[in-house]
Amino acid sequence: MDITFIIAAFIAVLATLRVITCYHIMHALLYLVVSLLAVAVVLFTYGAPFMAVLEIIIYAGAIMVLIIFFVMMLNLGLETAENEKAWLRPRIWIVPGVFCFVLLAELLYLILQNKQPAAGIQIVPPKQVGMALFGPYLIAVELTGILLMAGIVGAYHLGRQHKKTLHRFLENNLDT
Amino acid sequence: MNLHPTTAGLLLAGILFVLGLISVLIRRNIIFMLLSVEIMLNAAGLAFVVAASHWGQADGQVMFMFILAMAAAEVSVGLALILQLYHQLRSLDSDEASRMNG
Repeated sequence: MDITFIIAAFIAVLATLRVITCYHIMHALLYLVVSLLAVAVVLFTYGAPFMAVLEIIIYAGAIMVLIIFFVMMLNLGLETAENEKAWLRPRIWIVPGVFCFVLLAELLYLILQNKQPAAGIQIVPPKQVGMALFGPYLIAVELTGILLMAGIVGAYHLGRQHKKTLHRFLENNLDT
Repeated sequence: MNLHPTTAGLLLAGILFVLGLISVLIRRNIIFMLLSVEIMLNAAGLAFVVAASHWGQADGQVMFMFILAMAAAEVSVGLALILQLYHQLRSLDSDEASRMNG
């Protein structure tokens, strides 16, 4: 077993532990991004560099940004600026920053060394993945497209604000 | 420590999956539950990639890409549902939604 794998796995488990014990959603998201980056490094050590890139782009990039955007959209108000100041104290970001730095150093080490993976690991090149994806799995790719379409339509339908059916005076009466 | 790499990878995937499962069970905030489902999906994908590297076949990585696409669709629909719940209940506590209104 590689030392790089051990360090990345350790960081992944620690960051995930922090995610599930954090009370503040933004801090949890920060640690979740670190955890995903660590898993990406683990994927890199397992001879799947393309999957590592996809993990960073889609998970740590798209999905996490979507969730952060959503969380920030929910708590609008005057205290938002105060909150933001409180979120970004150095005590909060120093540990994820150190984790990220260690992961970056590890990734640079792996790339610069260009060494063969440990015994028992076979590299599957992206070309082979693409051949499989558009060969025997073609129907599954089409179904995934339909799934994403359903996701878009469902999110649009569910996220729509419904029109008010009551006049506001009546609504006040109902409340009291 | 002299574990076989496949064993170590599957062990890591199992640990991450169990952490996500514990978080789903103990947290009551809906956004945290969604995050935990993400952790579990990610762990499953990691297990697939480890298996792919063990056998030298591309099928595991193909499944990982499908899991990624599914996670993206799931997060978008899940966030829209949370938004609706928040507008209805003014809270992110999942216990608030345990009673039916009808």
